[in-house]
Amino acid sequence: MADGEEPEKKRRRIEELAEKMAVDSGHGDSTGDWDGRWNHVRKFLERSGPFTHPDFEPSTESLQFLLETCKILVIGAGGLGCELLKNLALSGFRNIHVVDMDTIDVSNLNRQFLFRAKDVGRPKADVAADFVNSRIPGCSVVPHFKKIQDFDETFYKQFHIIVCGLDSIVARRWMNGMLMSLLSFDDGVLDPSSIIPLIDGGTEGFKGNARVILPGMTACIDCTLELYPPQINFPMCTIASMPRLPEHCIEYVRILLWPKEEPFGDGTALDGDNPEHIQWVFHKAQERASEFSITGVTYRLTQGVVKRIIPAVASTNAVIAAACAMEVFKIASSAYIPLNNYLVFNDVDGLYTYTFEAERKENCPACSQIAQDLRFPPSAKLQEVLEYLTENASLQMKSPAITATLEGKNKTLYLQTVASIEQRTRPNLSKTLKELGLVDGQELAVADVTTPQTVLFKLRFTT
Amino acid sequence: MLELWEVLRQFFWRYRKRSSSRKSTNIAVRAAAMADGSKGKSTKEQKYDRQLRLWGDHGQDALENAHVCVINATATGTELLKNLVLPGIGAFTIVDGHKASGEDVGNNFFLSIDSIGKSRAQAATELLQELNSDVSGNFVEETPDKLLDNDPEFFHRFSLVIGVQLEESTCLRLGAVLWNAGVPFLACRTYGLVGYMRLAVREHTVIESHPDNALEDLRLDQPFAELKNHVQSYNLDNMEKKHHSHTPWIIIVAKYLEKWYNEHNFQLPKNYKEKESFRELIRNGILQNENGVPEDEENFEEAIKNVNTALNPTKISRLVQEIFDGEECKNITSQTPAFWIMARAVKEFVESEGGGNLPVRGTIPDMIADSEKFINLQNVYREKAMQDALLVAKHVESLLQSVGKPPESITEPDIKLFCKNAAFLRVVHCRSLADEYSVESLNKDEITSCMDSPDCEMVLYLMLRSIDRFHQQHSRYPGVYNYQVEEDIGKLKLCVNSLLQEYGLNVNVKDDYIHEFCRYGASEPHTVASFLGGCAAQEAIKIITHQFVPFNNTFIYNAMSQTSATFQL
Repeated sequence: MADGEEPEKKRRRIEELAEKMAVDSGHGDSTGDWDGRWNHVRKFLERSGPFTHPDFEPSTESLQFLLETCKILVIGAGGLGCELLKNLALSGFRNIHVVDMDTIDVSNLNRQFLFRAKDVGRPKADVAADFVNSRIPGCSVVPHFKKIQDFDETFYKQFHIIVCGLDSIVARRWMNGMLMSLLSFDDGVLDPSSIIPLIDGGTEGFKGNARVILPGMTACIDCTLELYPPQINFPMCTIASMPRLPEHCIEYVRILLWPKEEPFGDGTALDGDNPEHIQWVFHKAQERASEFSITGVTYRLTQGVVKRIIPAVASTNAVIAAACAMEVFKIASSAYIPLNNYLVFNDVDGLYTYTFEAERKENCPACSQIAQDLRFPPSAKLQEVLEYLTENASLQMKSPAITATLEGKNKTLYLQTVASIEQRTRPNLSKTLKELGLVDGQELAVADVTTPQTVLFKLRFTT
Repeated sequence: MLELWEVLRQFFWRYRKRSSSRKSTNIAVRAAAMADGSKGKSTKEQKYDRQLRLWGDHGQDALENAHVCVINATATGTELLKNLVLPGIGAFTIVDGHKASGEDVGNNFFLSIDSIGKSRAQAATELLQELNSDVSGNFVEETPDKLLDNDPEFFHRFSLVIGVQLEESTCLRLGAVLWNAGVPFLACRTYGLVGYMRLAVREHTVIESHPDNALEDLRLDQPFAELKNHVQSYNLDNMEKKHHSHTPWIIIVAKYLEKWYNEHNFQLPKNYKEKESFRELIRNGILQNENGVPEDEENFEEAIKNVNTALNPTKISRLVQEIFDGEECKNITSQTPAFWIMARAVKEFVESEGGGNLPVRGTIPDMIADSEKFINLQNVYREKAMQDALLVAKHVESLLQSVGKPPESITEPDIKLFCKNAAFLRVVHCRSLADEYSVESLNKDEITSCMDSPDCEMVLYLMLRSIDRFHQQHSRYPGVYNYQVEEDIGKLKLCVNSLLQEYGLNVNVKDDYIHEFCRYGASEPHTVASFLGGCAAQEAIKIITHQFVPFNNTFIYNAMSQTSATFQL
């Protein structure tokens, strides 16, 4: 179109090329490339420019680095993940791993474009990797149908850049914590070679955000926990005795009626993907609603409340994943200075973006290296400490396990995730800190699903 | 009482633990759920579930009845189409006269190595069609210029035409044809790390704009008779504690407002100080125990918290007033679209029965209250909203009658929806491309004031215009080959200067941008194309569903800095 070559000549050249490729079974040369393949990318790698990163040097080797060496990890093969894999593969990245623990659901098909109806039930990571590898010659996406927590640091260490397309804040925080644990310090000075940049994207309906995190250098996920909207939980008394909205009626059935009536047999948990379960909840919620003259309980709303469904469309995911992949390219190539460091997008009313620098939190529990103080009077009960850890806006832990060193021994004060230990340690919750033998300045080690590391706290007694 | 909460809490935890320890979902169950569409929801409803929650079944219907035309299946074109095919647009037609090149396949996910040398329109249509069997994919292997020469009416049939990577002359020709035919036109362009979109639609009306943080419509400053009566039925001074602490905050504010009026000459608390003392007035109403200590009354806390927004005077927004004052509202004919007939009817309502106000919206936010008190209050608003809508319907009926149209040409649900959204109505008028490009009517003020900051996205707009000028003069884009970059910088600078001179723009374009655009060499990097494709698809969905508000009229994305701006040009 723009290269000025005569059409006839061009067509002949393409025909020759196509013939050659047929002979080489689809591979023009050793890298599987064909003439013109990387033209769009090369302009940014091989030409100098006024806005490049100060370290940038135009070179033909940069493309080889992207193609052969640079290793990227994509977390999540959902709405953002599918887009990210495509974007990276078409930007010259070939060594890509993808981790996703989910299987494909029919409701994914309106945006997760690497999946078809026939793939429903199969692991997202596998299907996504197969599709990209077959569409884009030379690309090697390695799938992992696993949880991020199934891997340790030796796995994560191998990547140059990690991109997250997740819908879970806990998983994001865990990943963030993992990258913090990989940092190494020399006399308190951060070793830059231990930094693995994290690009994080998130979407909800027509809104989204993309951000660049340089662990140990720029604001991390936990520095900006307050930016996430709090999860809405209706008060129990509203659900139990004074419903006003259709949602309250649905929550009543989900939380109270289901475990009481066990409609699908003993111990069968409510499965939001099982239409019979949803149907049951829907009918019961309708009954409850009519008892209180509440209108508006629908099947769709029921499913939305039970599964805590977040609306999603293809377009927002495309926008955010593209911004994230752009940043991966900038960092991998030094062709431009990366986003510093947070982009907000919203296209409900016009098209709106806002770019700003999120600031590091001086005493961030994830990235500051500063032991957090816990200020409580000796008469406070362990339960209060537990509540503080889960409710404090900058901690927001989920099921913290608290241990302390007492008389030279590690002692678990409370642990929720293993039923037998929970039972054994539950009495501690109603004991005071003094009764537990804790002293002023005591170190408490807290483990939680939000981080792979143990967070250290110092107990400070107040009077 | 406490025991009950304890039991509930245990239920709660028991359930939570179960759900969190749940194994990843049984694949067989999911597959079965999919096959058995009769239970619960149809497969189609399941597939589109996540978007139906945004634009509803009626939005989906509009999408499924739409036919869009996309010119040029470059990366930007196929990316935006992907985002329209996935949510189930009715049909698309790709117009593209190019054969796919190796370069095209390099940045485009919907072309494959086998596409090289074949029709780009056909190859892209085939791979896009795979995404969704509900969609009808079509292609025309022809350049837009040929179609404009031979059959310009070809473009009249579409709900929307999207031109991608068009040359300036084609863009202007097509723009003129579509403007005259009243077909919305969206031009999209990816040029290096810059994205550009231009919307040209004469008039676009929106009933459901879905505003993010809409103020409630509670009428506390001007309570209607039914609300007044309802508030009268409460006597806060003589109430059991259980009822007192479960009285909705709207009632509390209304009650104390009456008190306030008596002491303040029937004036609302206006400034911060007055609102503070009004809050204090409410705070003093909190019940006290026998020791004089205030009880824990969350509904009163809610009332105090909501004073600020609750006392916002009920008024008609500037945007809605502009709609009422518009020409379309004044002259109703048999050709007038339903939107404007309803707008006129609401306007008439405002001027008569509404006493200067819009129809009551009829919704209230959730608040602390027992079920009965809340539902009763909600019904007061709902019933008033129904009455108002009925009155508006009467105006609609006589308007329809006056232009000789049957009353059923606008349905009752349509009128109700319109009334419910009356405060959020939006009308977008874009300027035509012809106006933007004419030396007389170019929006010089906007350009000049933006260029006070030399790195404003406006500079990228001026650069794109200069690039087009370069193409006009040299029949190629600058810097396509490496050896051209240096020499093209000077040539492009001449184009920048001649553009500024021709339009009499006294602004300075930094040389850095000229160099940068030569560096781009007309490349279409996939990530920028994909970003723009996402934006363009979303705007297309807005145009098609008449929900949410499209941008007006020029959008520029700067991928270098991850910033963007919208200009009216």
